[in-house]
Amino acid sequence: MIVELSDRDRAMLAGAEGEAARFAMNLMVRFAEAVEASSLVDAECAHIDGCLYHGQASLDFVEHLLALGGRVRVPTTLNVGSVDLIHPELFIGDPGLGSAGARLMRAHEEMGCIPSFTCAPYQTIHRPRFGAQIGWAESNAIVFANSVIGARTERYGDFIDLCCAVTGRVPYYGLHLTENRRATVVVEVEGLPPEWDDAGPACVAVGHVIGRRCGDRIAAIVGLPATTTEDDLKALGAVGASAGSVALFHAVGLTPEAPTLEAALQGGRPEETIRLTADDLRETVRKLSTVPDGTTLSAVSLGTPHFSFAEFERLMQLLDGPRPAVDMYVNTGREVMQQVRARGWEERLNAAGVTVVLDTCTYLTAIMRDLSGAVMTNSGKMAYYAPGNLDIEIAFGSLADCVASARAGKVVRS
Amino acid sequence: MKAVTLVPGSAEGEVFVMAEPLSFWGGLDAATGAIIDRWHPQCGAVLTGKVVVMERGRGSSSGSSVLAEAIRAGTAPAAIVMLTRDAIVTLGALVGRELYGRDCPVVMAAAADWSALTAASRLTVEAVDEGAEIGS
Repeated sequence: MIVELSDRDRAMLAGAEGEAARFAMNLMVRFAEAVEASSLVDAECAHIDGCLYHGQASLDFVEHLLALGGRVRVPTTLNVGSVDLIHPELFIGDPGLGSAGARLMRAHEEMGCIPSFTCAPYQTIHRPRFGAQIGWAESNAIVFANSVIGARTERYGDFIDLCCAVTGRVPYYGLHLTENRRATVVVEVEGLPPEWDDAGPACVAVGHVIGRRCGDRIAAIVGLPATTTEDDLKALGAVGASAGSVALFHAVGLTPEAPTLEAALQGGRPEETIRLTADDLRETVRKLSTVPDGTTLSAVSLGTPHFSFAEFERLMQLLDGPRPAVDMYVNTGREVMQQVRARGWEERLNAAGVTVVLDTCTYLTAIMRDLSGAVMTNSGKMAYYAPGNLDIEIAFGSLADCVASARAGKVVRS
Repeated sequence: MKAVTLVPGSAEGEVFVMAEPLSFWGGLDAATGAIIDRWHPQCGAVLTGKVVVMERGRGSSSGSSVLAEAIRAGTAPAAIVMLTRDAIVTLGALVGRELYGRDCPVVMAAAADWSALTAASRLTVEAVDEGAEIGS
């Protein structure tokens, strides 16, 4: 397998742009060979997941690039790390792990990365444009960029994400090419449970189904409610990329490459059609909870992926009323939090007992103080991973149900 | 047996045939080299020093970090023989080699050699950029 390299790629590989670029380009070419890419193309931006600490090798890799004089060549955002650098006191895990995790985040900043520390970089000023070739890591960011924005990335991850940033190149294969973005499965939502006034749970249910049943095949979804928001699509992609390896979906009439079903299928015929009834959606959502209604809660956790400003707007309305009886956590990025502060909402969040967690996420790291009872979330992704990652019981519900349950101290539904 | 080199290196060891694809992230404990995915049929088995023969990889791209960490910790397989190209495994082994100078060659074998590979008790892997040779 020969990857066609440009003159500049070859020069970089020979060390003409420094040792760090040579090192990164060597890995890039090997990776491109392993995925059978025909060539490399320019990346407009990169998003790095490698700032989450997985062990000494994570840190050694970045320190090695730094020692070689490594700098990123394209605008590069950072995903969540292991600690909240703004509120380090929130971290209650092993101190050695905390400090190594913090060093890993700082080392990426020293490489010239933007200290965004968010898994939702697409809801910041660093949102890529439609059609842009990008090198992104983090499964929810990948599926959002591809599906909701129409930017083009493959499933990049540890090490190669930073190599994209340092070389400014990505392998030209897979979802970087138009013909590979065609839907081959149609998912028809035949009916929505009438008691759901919020498109959120329906989108989570659909995301879960495409994750389980489509694998890495691309689905074209028909029949999502017209009230579906960008944040609902964010939740759909996040759970789809957790339950399966969804990197791109099309929602007909909602996402940019699917103005019509025919466009999403690029004129082809689907190999499978999956029909979902209201009962199917109810059943999928019910299974996301490991505990029954009425179970005592110790916390409510929101913002997996990171809460957007629009989600904060909805939360602020729901917070009017009695103070929640259990801890509430909201994970978000620094930039969204600036907007929240500018609105003067921080005091109200504090008064309501809401802990805002920046830079990291409650499903990844030791932050939640009381895990004696179950945790409730409106995130399908959190519901999918938390029982394994944190060894806790989880209840899934809409945002409104989460806030009502936080007040009641137990799982309640409207 | 001829194979395609994904990551160069030289290794020899007892064969471990992976019954099902394993996601190294969440599935391999880099501290011990043991399979920790409780849904995996070989959960508890230790891969350290083995020539791991597996059809293909699976799962999160964070698997690259786990493999590199296992190479650093000295708990990694001696070599990995696959039937498909796998970017996650390739990258993890390559980073381990570049950072720590320790070989964990990764090669893609021919499907026709699968029965010979899985029947062998020990295998040697000699992988250079031009190509690889697997011996039993």
